Amino acid sequence: MSRAALDAALEIRGVWKYYGDFPALRDIAFNVMPGSTLALLGRNGAGKTTLLRIVAGLSKPSRGSVTIHGANVREESTRRRIGVLGHGISLYDELSAFENLRLFARLYGVANPARRIDEMLERTDLKRVRDGLVREFSRGMRQRLAVARVFLHDPEVLLLDEPFTALDDRAIAVLQALLDDMHRRGRTIVMSTHQLREALEAATHVAMIQRGQIVYAGERRQEMIDDTGWLYRTYGEN
Amino acid sequence: MERTKGQVGDLPHYLRQVLTIAAKDLRAEIRTREALNASFAFMLVILVLFSFAFDPGNSDVNIQAIAGGLLWLAYSFAAALTLNRSFARELQNDCLDALLASPIPASALFFGKTLANFALLLAMEIVSLGVFAVLYNVRIQAQIWALLLVIVLGTWAMTVMGTMFSALTVNLRLRELMLPVMLYPFLVVPLSAAITLTSDLLNGIPLGGDNILWLKVLAGFDVIFSSLVVILIDTVLVG
Repeated sequence: MSRAALDAALEIRGVWKYYGDFPALRDIAFNVMPGSTLALLGRNGAGKTTLLRIVAGLSKPSRGSVTIHGANVREESTRRRIGVLGHGISLYDELSAFENLRLFARLYGVANPARRIDEMLERTDLKRVRDGLVREFSRGMRQRLAVARVFLHDPEVLLLDEPFTALDDRAIAVLQALLDDMHRRGRTIVMSTHQLREALEAATHVAMIQRGQIVYAGERRQEMIDDTGWLYRTYGEN
Repeated sequence: MERTKGQVGDLPHYLRQVLTIAAKDLRAEIRTREALNASFAFMLVILVLFSFAFDPGNSDVNIQAIAGGLLWLAYSFAAALTLNRSFARELQNDCLDALLASPIPASALFFGKTLANFALLLAMEIVSLGVFAVLYNVRIQAQIWALLLVIVLGTWAMTVMGTMFSALTVNLRLRELMLPVMLYPFLVVPLSAAITLTSDLLNGIPLGGDNILWLKVLAGFDVIFSSLVVILIDTVLVG
């Protein structure tokens, strides 16, 4: 293993994923260094979610490997270091906000769980509904609780699949503040998104995926922010 | 060495994870009563319908001879309803992804859900046993502890296999149909053992002698398939 790979927060090597005969991912390979914020870009169906699911250990690659801080993602100690926010809120409607967070605090072995849960409920402005059932929450409250769940165990690597999609303004502000905090503390963030401007402004690096292949992986450039269409015109299909 | 996949590793920590999942499932089920109401009602309806079909009051019908079969048919049909909900519940809001991404072994997740299903089914079966005794005029008191042992072992067999197939069929559109179709062939052996033992006990024949072999079969099935699941469950859930 190369020095760069050993130092990488996330290393993706030669990942292929087949659904039947269809290759959803084709020879994906790149590293993400600790402290980076990677914007994973691509059109619908390009393979962003498939790749993020493999990185999160929710799906196995047909070929290739993914390591986080040098360890297999399916190892328990590795999963303890990552936080995953997918398309769903991943909360139980029949449980209260506190019970949902307590469940995940126990599963992640969070120290001082009650204090940490209260802290996250405070940061997501949900403390007043701490004991309310999630099924009684508004959509925005559910989204903020989902954000609290992901940040609860203070993950070193955050994997976010379209994190801003369908969030209300308040939830976006909460998520943005937590992401800024994570970035300041040197955490690694990988997020797929369609919101180009917001993602590019936050990103230190960009990977663009097209029909299951990486067509660009590298540092974010100023021209990407100045002209958000530049990336697609330069590396994407017309 | 790091613990991976379904390895048990640190036992107290593992058991805490199992209990966390079981408590979560039980709390959610007790609040919604989705599976509980449906399964219990179905169990009672089957017992009542069978009582019409076999007329326990008719002295020409040897109800003791078929009572074990009737009881376990009701148990196993109703169990499918509860077991179907086990992993299907996790699809709502993509909760299964969050559980699989968390640092618990897949087998701890599985046994947590199995334990919750087992507790629910056992509670329903024990209440139904009383109803069964009244409807069919059978005496259960004389062999009650042996009967409970058989019910515990038989229910664990149904639960461990049913929860496994619930995980396997969770992403299928026809999972409500597929689970019983796949499950019942695997339950032939434990159900045969449980039916034989229950019939013996209801006829006043205690455990021991000839029927001890069936008890060993039932216990052996429980041990073998519970162990097999530890090996298979990570592949079933993550692929």
